[in-house]
Amino acid sequence: MKLKSSKKIMSFAVVALFVALLSACGSNNNNNAASSGSASASSSASGTASPSGTASSEPSAAATDKPKSIELLNVSYDPTRELYEAFNKSFADYWKKETGQTVKINQSHGGSGAQARKVLDGLEADVVTLALAYDIDSLTDSGLIKKDWQQSFESNSSPYTSTIVFLVRKGNPKGLKDWNDLIKEGVQVITPNPKTSGGARWNYLAAWGYAQQQDGNDEAKTKDFMKKLFANVPVLDTGARGATTTFVERKIGDVLLAWENEAYLAKKEYGDEFEIVTPSLSILAEPPVAVVDKNADKRGTREVAEAYLKYLYTPEGQEIAAQNFYRPRLQEVADKYKDQFPTLNLLTIDKDFGGWTEAQKKHFADGGTFDEVYTKG
Amino acid sequence: MASQVKEKRILPGFRITMGYSILYLSLIVLIPLAALIVKTAGLTLPQFWHTVTSERVLASYRVSLLTSLFAALVNVVFGLIVAWVLVRYRFPGKKIVDGLIDMPFALPTAVAGIALTSIYAPNGWIGSLLDPLGIKVAYTPLGITVALIFIGLPFVVRTVQPVLHDLENDMEEAAALLGAHRWRTFRKVLLPELIPPLITGFALAFSRGIGEYGSVVFISGNMPMKTEITPLLIITKLEQFEYSQATAIALVLLIISFALLLLINTLQRWTNRRLRTS
Repeated sequence: MKLKSSKKIMSFAVVALFVALLSACGSNNNNNAASSGSASASSSASGTASPSGTASSEPSAAATDKPKSIELLNVSYDPTRELYEAFNKSFADYWKKETGQTVKINQSHGGSGAQARKVLDGLEADVVTLALAYDIDSLTDSGLIKKDWQQSFESNSSPYTSTIVFLVRKGNPKGLKDWNDLIKEGVQVITPNPKTSGGARWNYLAAWGYAQQQDGNDEAKTKDFMKKLFANVPVLDTGARGATTTFVERKIGDVLLAWENEAYLAKKEYGDEFEIVTPSLSILAEPPVAVVDKNADKRGTREVAEAYLKYLYTPEGQEIAAQNFYRPRLQEVADKYKDQFPTLNLLTIDKDFGGWTEAQKKHFADGGTFDEVYTKG
Repeated sequence: MASQVKEKRILPGFRITMGYSILYLSLIVLIPLAALIVKTAGLTLPQFWHTVTSERVLASYRVSLLTSLFAALVNVVFGLIVAWVLVRYRFPGKKIVDGLIDMPFALPTAVAGIALTSIYAPNGWIGSLLDPLGIKVAYTPLGITVALIFIGLPFVVRTVQPVLHDLENDMEEAAALLGAHRWRTFRKVLLPELIPPLITGFALAFSRGIGEYGSVVFISGNMPMKTEITPLLIITKLEQFEYSQATAIALVLLIISFALLLLINTLQRWTNRRLRTS
């Protein structure tokens, strides 16, 4: 009898242990999310861990009288790493001067879609700065961000823009000048997969837009152009950085379709091994930013989060964007960097493709034009 | 009766251990798998069918299954040889070689993928030697197979090794004394013992290959219809926020590999019985 009861106690203990473990995992979630963000941040997170903990656990107190320090999590996409490292420093100084409050900004980087998914699945980002409006739109359905977020800040909520250019090898041995050179036989084009990479979707649409103009809106001809273009693609990497590696490190391909800022970065890193070719026509890429309303309200960080994104539009913020090879919106800064960013015809997603939802449905959803280019070739 | 059964038990407290096992399996395996089905439930049956049988998805099953199968077969042959050498011979640095076997387990698969790609790419060390011969490894199904061979090797070696170790030399010696040739000894004495672990190793390597993502995406080139593996398609769906479609494909993949594992297990039991009775 005695033995039996002790067994029961034992089994109870085991179950209790599991329940305790489970609940511990649950309550740790927030901390995990924050620390995964700070892991990729430039400065060490250990020093500021404790004050922020109290700030986030008492959101009401944070809203009325300001705590001494506050923490922000900016979930962004891959090529903005360098940009936000510089920007965060500048903003922290500005905020300290304005309010006397110390702000620590954690950065998290990855593929744009994957980053949006992390936020959707519970990563407590205060602001998102992603590659496509489509990725932020995906966060509105669950109520994390309000529906009309794109009106919250100037210029479609995208403080800086970029475009798609060609990165070619020194001397441009294949003489590639424009999009129609890319479909010639024997030319190898490197681009990531539009289904997994936000940047590649801009590539695809820029090429599509060019073909459309050239063919006088004959869609069959445009598809034919795209088919030829993708027949010249030997590798489809899953993300923009992967494609850059394939082109730069493995020396595969004659031309890399890349973000302008990524192309400049590669050029800066590798000196004169590469040249940037600006095609006659490309697309205006508008990486958008938004406050994650639900998280900001819960954590009491709305004020600083909004100020953070607004600061991107100030001359200081615009200057940092331009230094990191993003095209600034502010005219005075744009004028200063005129030589760095040649003017060219730029399509826009809203005017020429009917917005992201439309473009996504037509081109990249299942059975869209991208699938057609591949399955029926 | 009851006391007799009780005496036979080796572990104390069957109820606790059994309860613990079920709880543990539920938390770690069954509940996540159930979540997979729940997520898939967002699709109607025709939608589900359409998703999992579309042209690109079918092509990816073919790529995933064939490369995994091939890689597992290669690993069975060469894994056996490696295990054999490690058990039967003494040579300097044996411990290091033995430790090397586990490297694929420890290495993040993405790192393995990047390393393999840079070696087998047309301008890599090995790739540049093979390229003039017209053999392309990186960005072809062959490249995927190479990555999966790398990933699967420890499974075969580590399942075969202990069995080989337990096989005493005297059995072979006895066979030799009774006049058996080497081949006959191998076939009649060693093989029956080795086939079950070989099949287990094969099954493990094979199923791991089907699910492998990290090492493959870098070396495969990810060309739709040609070198696109199913796990990549699942990620692709997730990237477009199509959770239910992604889980639908995952579910099909799971069912395929479960069916295959069941088949392999049955095969294993069958060969086991046949070999032992013959």
